[in-house]
Amino acid sequence: MSPPGEEHTTAAVRPYVITRGRAGSSREALPLETLVVASGSALPPHLQPEYRRIAEFCQGLLSVAEVAAHLDQPPAVVQVLLADLIDWGHIVARPPIRVAKRKRADLDLLRKVLDGLESKL
Amino acid sequence: MGLRASSEISLAGTDGTTDADRMTHTIHTTETGETDETGDTDDMADMDDTPVMYVQSSVAGAAKILVVGPMGVGKTTLIGTVSEIKPLSTEATMSQAGARLDTKVRPTKTTTTVALDFGRITLGGELVLYLFGTPGQQRFLPAWKDLARGALGALALVDTRDLEASFDAIGHLEDLDVPFSVAVNAFPDSKLHSEDDLRSALDLLPHTPLVICDAREHQSSVKALISLVSHLIETLTEAP
Ligand SMILES: Nc1nc2c(ncn2[C@@H]2O[C@H](COP(=O)(O)OP(=O)(O)OP(=O)(O)O)[C@@H](O)[C@H]2O)c(=O)[nH]1
Ligand SMILES: [Mg+2]
Repeated sequence: MSPPGEEHTTAAVRPYVITRGRAGSSREALPLETLVVASGSALPPHLQPEYRRIAEFCQGLLSVAEVAAHLDQPPAVVQVLLADLIDWGHIVARPPIRVAKRKRADLDLLRKVLDGLESKL
Repeated sequence: MGLRASSEISLAGTDGTTDADRMTHTIHTTETGETDETGDTDDMADMDDTPVMYVQSSVAGAAKILVVGPMGVGKTTLIGTVSEIKPLSTEATMSQAGARLDTKVRPTKTTTTVALDFGRITLGGELVLYLFGTPGQQRFLPAWKDLARGALGALALVDTRDLEASFDAIGHLEDLDVPFSVAVNAFPDSKLHSEDDLRSALDLLPHTPLVICDAREHQSSVKALISLVSHLIETLTEAP
């Protein structure tokens, strides 16, 4: 059932090799609450398995944090792989909704959150 | 939310939401037979066995709230109580060099991680709220910076049996300028404290909400979150 130790090491190290040390690098990391979903575009046959696995996992909308947790991969690695998949058009992202420091828009957002929470009581 | 986010919401509204959006899948199910890879057993071995519940496709974007406090204060419990998914855990990465307050900008490739657990609440079909729970020790501050960026605010959990254990977490929130509300978790052997005593012990500003909460109870935990969001709204509406 469990593969030989050598293969195991390879599998664990590969994502770091693939990301070429970009995890935690200067490129602005994809926020963990970014929602991602596969675009439906055909994946090229040569796509490395680490990418393929993520792209195939994202059949529905999920946060970057959920993708990392479910696939049991470090978020820093998943952030980089997802950013590449977004660049290549295989994944589409819905960026986080953030407080914009513009009163009107922020109030609308916060009221929506408040209404939503109150409806859970 | 800005204009862009609003237009995303109306766009998303048109793509329709069906109950199928909410269906749960187990990870071991391969839906697309044609892209199925054979002999890829490592993938399966790596996956955790929590069923995946996708976010409704009508959701335009996510917001986040942090749940912070010392070890054992009830962060994971509170997140689990209010979350629509079983809380998941992962880790946030931070650079070793940034691991202390006084070495802010020395870049390095050495990283260390901090445990991070999180849950999710879909609000009104177009917004999803993530709750990220993370411990408050001083050495974790750098990992908080990324996490705190864009957070609506934070719920700081406090255990009155050890108030000092909460100082770091509350201090970090103040340093990072994250608005917060304090929720005191009542444990069976907690002594009763007056609100004034707690406020002065924690050195809270008069407008910072302080609520008593039982992280194991849904209503109580949702109310703690409501105290935070109400506070955020008040701050906005009262500001000049
Ligand atoms: N009585 C009482 N017990 C609680 C409450 N919240 C949590 N507990 C209990 O306290 C213990 C620790 O709670 P956790 O949710 O694991 O605490 P945590 O903050 O996630 O801890 P770390 O992940 O170690 O930092 C568990 O046994 C909970 O059942 C509360 O509000 N009241
Ligand atoms: Mg915990």
